[in-house]
Amino acid sequence: MSKKKSRKGEQIAEFWRRYRKNKTAVVGLVILCLIVGIAIFADLIVPYSKCIEQVGADRLQWPSLKHPFGTDELGRDLFARVIHGSRYSLAIGISTSLIALAIGAVLGASAGYFGGMVDNIICRIVDVFMCVPPILLSLAVVAALGSSMRNLIIAITVSCIPGNVRLIRSVVLTVAEQDYIEVARSYGASNARIIFRYVLPNAMGPIIVNTTMSISGMILSAAGLSYIGMGVQPPSPEWGSLLSSAQTYIFTSPYMLIFPGIFIVLSSLSFNLVGDGLTDALDPKLKD
Amino acid sequence: MYKYVLKRLLYMIPVLFGVAFLVFTILSLTPGDPGTIILGITADPEDIAALNAEFGYDKPFLVRFFNYIGDIIFHFDLGTSYQSREPVINDIIARFPNTLLLTIFSLSLASIVGITFGIISAVRQYSVLDHTCVMVALIFASVPGFWLGLMLMLLFSLKLGWLPSYGAGSLKHFILPTLTVGLSSAASLLRLTRSAMLETIRQEYIRTAKAKGAPQGRIIWKHALRNALLPVVTTLGTSFGASLGGAIIAETVFAMPGMGTLITTAIRQKDVPVVMGSTLFLALLFSLIILLVDVLYAFIDPRIKVKYQNGGKSRE
Repeated sequence: MSKKKSRKGEQIAEFWRRYRKNKTAVVGLVILCLIVGIAIFADLIVPYSKCIEQVGADRLQWPSLKHPFGTDELGRDLFARVIHGSRYSLAIGISTSLIALAIGAVLGASAGYFGGMVDNIICRIVDVFMCVPPILLSLAVVAALGSSMRNLIIAITVSCIPGNVRLIRSVVLTVAEQDYIEVARSYGASNARIIFRYVLPNAMGPIIVNTTMSISGMILSAAGLSYIGMGVQPPSPEWGSLLSSAQTYIFTSPYMLIFPGIFIVLSSLSFNLVGDGLTDALDPKLKD
Repeated sequence: MYKYVLKRLLYMIPVLFGVAFLVFTILSLTPGDPGTIILGITADPEDIAALNAEFGYDKPFLVRFFNYIGDIIFHFDLGTSYQSREPVINDIIARFPNTLLLTIFSLSLASIVGITFGIISAVRQYSVLDHTCVMVALIFASVPGFWLGLMLMLLFSLKLGWLPSYGAGSLKHFILPTLTVGLSSAASLLRLTRSAMLETIRQEYIRTAKAKGAPQGRIIWKHALRNALLPVVTTLGTSFGASLGGAIIAETVFAMPGMGTLITTAIRQKDVPVVMGSTLFLALLFSLIILLVDVLYAFIDPRIKVKYQNGGKSRE
């Protein structure tokens, strides 16, 4: 038992050694930790009441010591709103990617592992979904369900599932051909056991990388949909909807557009950088 | 060869049908019937029922679906707007050219910038230029298109006053939206071209060419590029979809009358037929583009040609 544990420790050390080599990936990890920290400790950094407090005398103030990011048209402190906005973007980005991964894994693994009829049906349905550009699919879902944070999560999860099914299916197909799967089958392991115990763990590398990168894409989609008014609704301080209301004041108060945007870029970039680092660290064969 | 094209065309029929069914089903989940949406809940129930009958809403779901498909195929009719009571197709004809132009301009910009720098980056792997390209591409892939648009607007319309910030009157109006959508798509094409090129350069036939003493330029142009661009071509369909999606959001940034602003306005007004007609129109167009790219691929990839010729012979 202890032997097994130390082998796992070795693997992690080896993984970290390889990850560390990619300097930009380390930078990405640092930014990511900072943003996750901001989201978790948002209330300690600046109380939520500051987000909704409207000070009439302080309307449209440029950044100053009192208001590091300035104030909006209702006199709300933008620093507080941007800090608390991180919770929305991270929550949406991570939850949609994980739900899409779970659904994609079940469908993709079944298609790749069972083949035949199951594969055929799943692939044909995926083909249909792939023929609708993701943003249109999301817009259709929002149009049908109405715009809110929950519906935004459903809308962008749906548009992300088909790609996941395809990726996981193709990864599982290569793993399912390996000899050790044949061995497991020959001693009578059940299908579910083979899929969850042998196939998926061995297919994990590309799936983890893809999920990390997809969080970055989901953050961008969520911000975009909220920006055009189809996602999280004001007065919630989501970054996309902050930008949407700030656009009216682009001539007089451009600072309102700059800070939320920088935070979207940094959080999206950090997931992309970490994804790149994971590619190198998890599968040295994939390295250019 | 033609067998492959024919097979692809035939397969497209059920897919298009499926796309129509998918969009129709999702949008049929919208709560409320046309009568109530147009007249309000306080209206006379008889008026509401009459209006529902006018829109064919009194029939069951599947009947409505097949009527809708029949109208599209036989009358080129995509339904009637709740708001204007005009055929949806009129709105689409008025708005679509702007969206199409913006999508084509952006895709062209993305292909030129993305593929060129992708090749340079791969050929000069690990050089300063390569690192810069990869880094810049990664940053652009993380910038939301609409925010890039807002920043470009701040710089070129507000500070410098060179370009208009909204509308769609002239070609000048398209410059900023094209940069907005194109640069984001260029980033992913650059990464793709670079990795395809790197993979090709490592192939045996490239080593053979080198061993024969072929000049570097000839190896890149004649041997590597033609093979490396094949996977890039397959993704052009997806890139078209990405540019189309970018265009839909960019239209809001630059207040451009196109399909994106049409759909978002219709969603706010609960004008279901407009949302359905426009979404379906764009989805069907996108499916046809994907088909076109697949067929094109069959013509430029000699491997598919050979496979089908051999397959044909062995069967005979």
